[in-house]
Amino acid sequence: MVPTFWTDIIKKPEQGIYPHIIILAHMILGTGLVYISPRSNLAFLVLITSFFTLYYFKADQRFKLIVGVVLTLFILPVVGVRNIFYLEVIFQISVFAALALGLNIVVGFAGLLDLGYVAFYAVGAYLWAFFGSQQYYVLPFAPGTQPSNLPFLLPGDAFYLFMFAAIFVAALTGILLGTPVLRLRGDYLAIVTLGFGEVIRVLANNLDKPLNFTNGPQGITPIQRPTMPQAAVDVFNKLFGGVVGHEVSPADMYNVMFYLLALAVIIVIVFVTRRLDDSKIGRAWTAIREDETAAIAMGIPLVKMKLAAFAVGASFAGVMGVLLAGSRTFISPESFSFMQSIGVLSMVILGGSGSIPGVILGAATVTILNLQVLQGLSLHLSQLRQSDAVIPIINFAWADLSTQLDPAKYQRLLFGLILILMMIFRPAGLIPSQRRKRELASDEAEGGE
Amino acid sequence: MKRFLKSINVPELLRPLGQLIFFSLGSTIFLSAIALVLALILDRTVVGQTLFERLNVSLYTYTLVNLPQVAIDGLTIGFVYAAIALGYTMVYGVLEFINFAHSEIFAVGAFVGVEILIALDTFGILADASILMAYIYLILAILGGMLAAGGLAVAVERVAYRPLRHASRLVPLISAIGVSFLLQDVIRLVESLTTGQFNRIFPTFGNFDSRVILAKMTMGTTPITLGMSIKSIIVIVSAVLMLVALNYLVNATKIGKAIRAVAQDHPTASLMGIDVNRIISLTFLVGGMLGGAAGVLYALKFTRIDPFVGFFPGLKAFTAAVLGGIGNMTGALLGGIVLGMLETFAGSYMGVFTMGAAGSEYKDIFAFSILILVLIFRPQGLMGANVAQKA
Repeated sequence: MVPTFWTDIIKKPEQGIYPHIIILAHMILGTGLVYISPRSNLAFLVLITSFFTLYYFKADQRFKLIVGVVLTLFILPVVGVRNIFYLEVIFQISVFAALALGLNIVVGFAGLLDLGYVAFYAVGAYLWAFFGSQQYYVLPFAPGTQPSNLPFLLPGDAFYLFMFAAIFVAALTGILLGTPVLRLRGDYLAIVTLGFGEVIRVLANNLDKPLNFTNGPQGITPIQRPTMPQAAVDVFNKLFGGVVGHEVSPADMYNVMFYLLALAVIIVIVFVTRRLDDSKIGRAWTAIREDETAAIAMGIPLVKMKLAAFAVGASFAGVMGVLLAGSRTFISPESFSFMQSIGVLSMVILGGSGSIPGVILGAATVTILNLQVLQGLSLHLSQLRQSDAVIPIINFAWADLSTQLDPAKYQRLLFGLILILMMIFRPAGLIPSQRRKRELASDEAEGGE
Repeated sequence: MKRFLKSINVPELLRPLGQLIFFSLGSTIFLSAIALVLALILDRTVVGQTLFERLNVSLYTYTLVNLPQVAIDGLTIGFVYAAIALGYTMVYGVLEFINFAHSEIFAVGAFVGVEILIALDTFGILADASILMAYIYLILAILGGMLAAGGLAVAVERVAYRPLRHASRLVPLISAIGVSFLLQDVIRLVESLTTGQFNRIFPTFGNFDSRVILAKMTMGTTPITLGMSIKSIIVIVSAVLMLVALNYLVNATKIGKAIRAVAQDHPTASLMGIDVNRIISLTFLVGGMLGGAAGVLYALKFTRIDPFVGFFPGLKAFTAAVLGGIGNMTGALLGGIVLGMLETFAGSYMGVFTMGAAGSEYKDIFAFSILILVLIFRPQGLMGANVAQKA
């Protein structure tokens, strides 16, 4: 039994001052390490895992809250501004955590396997990409032939409005797509949602004629960033200027702002998810997930509840799409491939479907594996390739190794392995949801199946 | 010898042949009629005028002249879909489970077959092979692809699906998606390791690229020759042979009886002395072999393959299986042929009929639209009336 083994080793301190000290020590150690060596991936990992310590050890709720706020609102932005790559990783983690939390509502709570979740992300992204760029005036031109001095359709202020608009647009898309297909059984639904995901991608690729809505495969650029008051930069500089060590430019500040926006969305999602989970709707979702027939017999309006799950999940993806369009200033159909959907799914499955901390952990793990481990390996490999080193026994020069073997390109392998291994060995995920835990416990008490 | 000949169940050999011919002719006639009626209607409108100004023919003539070629192309791809769809449908029949990794098993078959031919080519054997030898090498490649794909399918079942057989429905499906993704990158890894490139081109040899001329005619001022490439004939003939053989295996042999028994009820089948696990492995083997052969045929027809080549054919074959009624073998044949036909007709005529606004680039999502429509209006598929809906 792996879990008992680990708890035996760690001997989780349950009470007293120790957990507080461990949490603080971990956080300070991480911050210090990152501060001393801003380019080390290992130091960054130490800092990021302090969230896990914070979650894992039992401590006073208020203490946890304060430490969490300090970590997310002060330490991470400052560390991120010192090394912009970290901020990128943190931003990606928060974007994927938000997406995974949204998908978690559909997959984890309602038990509907949605393989085209990225479609809603694309809807949000293209919504702001169309209204926040020159695309409206490009409509009559084929891609690449438009004049260069076109105005923007909407000012950057509208971005904030569109974050709210995306909720409704994406939810509406979810309802429109869901209405015909949610009657289907689980495995059919999975394939049909996959099809919808592909439909949206193909549409984005081809709606550059007869009217140029999406600019085809080249994608839409430039997309406006939201306006940011100069005061925000000044305040940040005044507060943290000494610690950061250099003057913070508005460009850096934008990254911090997008991170904070993503964080705000995550907090909203977590709040909504927890409220929904304890509500009548949440219990209806659980009932549907466990046994559809029994749920119908209990008088649960099946299609309505499934649609609700679909719409709520979709709306969060839509918001994140707007955020993505604003932060990247460039959108192309490639960002919304089937692989992205599976990536988000593997985050949910890895962390534990239905479990909020689990899903966040899954998102962080997969993103770090993707951005730091795989890319770190790539970097190492490309250095080896440029050197004269030779693999000893088989006498193979690294320089002859193909560039196709770049580990950063093998995300599918990573996602695939995660999905298979989790399904076989730990289907409830790294941090199983409370409900699953209770079920498993009662299963074991009854002697299993 | 005489006893052996006597033991052959001739009706079971002829029945699928009849079905295939009936399905092919039926869908050709039906779709041609629709295309021609549409052409007649649109001929009077601006669509017809635009075409007339461009090519100097009426839309009706244009449609009519292209019809045979479109039908043949549709039939070719339709048979490939049918062969893949049978893999989905057989596995679904015995396990009620969508083998999402089947598309990668198809891709592995394609790669092994093409690699065999490339290996022969590098030794210079292919270049000076006679026509007869060329066909033997092709058959060798198809057999190699079948063996590799079949073996892989069995291995995948053993490792990734069998431990999950009693879990809830979505668990093995997620595992299958994982296998599919894993295999795509494993193919890419293996192929990149050797040459640094992950695409493979089907070597040119034999007379596969030449065409059999069926008829010659002129359209307006441009002469049109109607032909069928030898490739297409090979694809159709080998697909038909495989489909007939599979039908015989399932419907007229003892093993087939065991497969059908397992599909109906696992516990009862095992009470009758059938080794359920072995039959399930066998089902994966047969389905994988069909997929692998389809992969080599696909590579022959479309020449260029990459590790992600299985995705769209796999999805479309799944659509075909659902269209025909998943779990029903005749349905998979019908679904494959109808889908291949529909897709080719749409790809060829949609561009002309909509004046270029929506052309063949929408071909891929056409299949999904059909899938969605079928699932909404007739979830049991065209022929799936006898498949009980188990929740």
